[in-house]
Amino acid sequence: MTPLRRWRRPQIVCQQWVEMATDYLEGALPPRLQQAADRHLADCPHCREYLEQMRLTITAANRLGDEDVPDDVVEALTRAFADYRRQGGT
Amino acid sequence: MEDPGSELAIIERLRAGDEAAFSDLVRRHHKAMVHFAESFVRSRAIAEEVAQDAWLGVIKGIDRFEGRSSLSTWIFRIVANIARTRGEREQRTVTTMTVAAEAADTTPSVPPARFAGRAGRGVWSEPPAPWSELPDERLLAQSTFDRVADIAAGLSENQRRVFILRDMEEMTSAEVCGLLELSEVNQRVLLHRARSRVRAGLEDGMGSVTP
Repeated sequence: MTPLRRWRRPQIVCQQWVEMATDYLEGALPPRLQQAADRHLADCPHCREYLEQMRLTITAANRLGDEDVPDDVVEALTRAFADYRRQGGT
Repeated sequence: MEDPGSELAIIERLRAGDEAAFSDLVRRHHKAMVHFAESFVRSRAIAEEVAQDAWLGVIKGIDRFEGRSSLSTWIFRIVANIARTRGEREQRTVTTMTVAAEAADTTPSVPPARFAGRAGRGVWSEPPAPWSELPDERLLAQSTFDRVADIAAGLSENQRRVFILRDMEEMTSAEVCGLLELSEVNQRVLLHRARSRVRAGLEDGMGSVTP
């Protein structure tokens, strides 16, 4: 056994890291694993790229939700809203 | 003084009959409502109807909204109730997998063949190609968003719902857990499966064209 192995800190490798990506982004990892994940990321450009791609995936989903709603839909619904309020609502 | 964009202020404006406030609300939530409804029913057309019916529910219910949940949670709960009823009528819900089954799915996020070394403890042998080398217009192109929607449509229902609510609608995990009656852990597992699959699907598309 090498002297280094005696000092045990959790070691994460790439294949484990990709399964932790969401917990990492959610801040849901226990502190020891969070530190191990940070250490792995500092050393591994591929996992940093993977993390970036997960972030871009979220951004793309976000933009999808922000897409324009057709004007006729907005107008028809707003008309329904106005009509209902005009009738006194309740 | 109250922030005019705060939720309380929006609710007050809606109750006062402010049409601009209502139009803004429709613009903000309608797309995600349709995608969410689509996970319960058979077609986009029916999902559009569900979303419209949900808006009528919002219009009629806003005076009774008690603020026990966020406004968007309340709106999406209305969507879910209407969509479930429609889905049941179409017997769509029969095929829905249980959350437990979906959360127990252990399909890896990345195929094991892309790693070398000990099983389950591999190091990238076929790492992801950097997306940063792609021109911005590729990554943030309409075709990318369309593909996200297509890939999301192929997810299991609960994965898809969590993905839509968290990443498209930007709800908090607590809101999504409350709305879909999920534990924090299951919510995260479903979100992870969904994001991993959408990323992988985007990667497949990105890789096919050289920058």
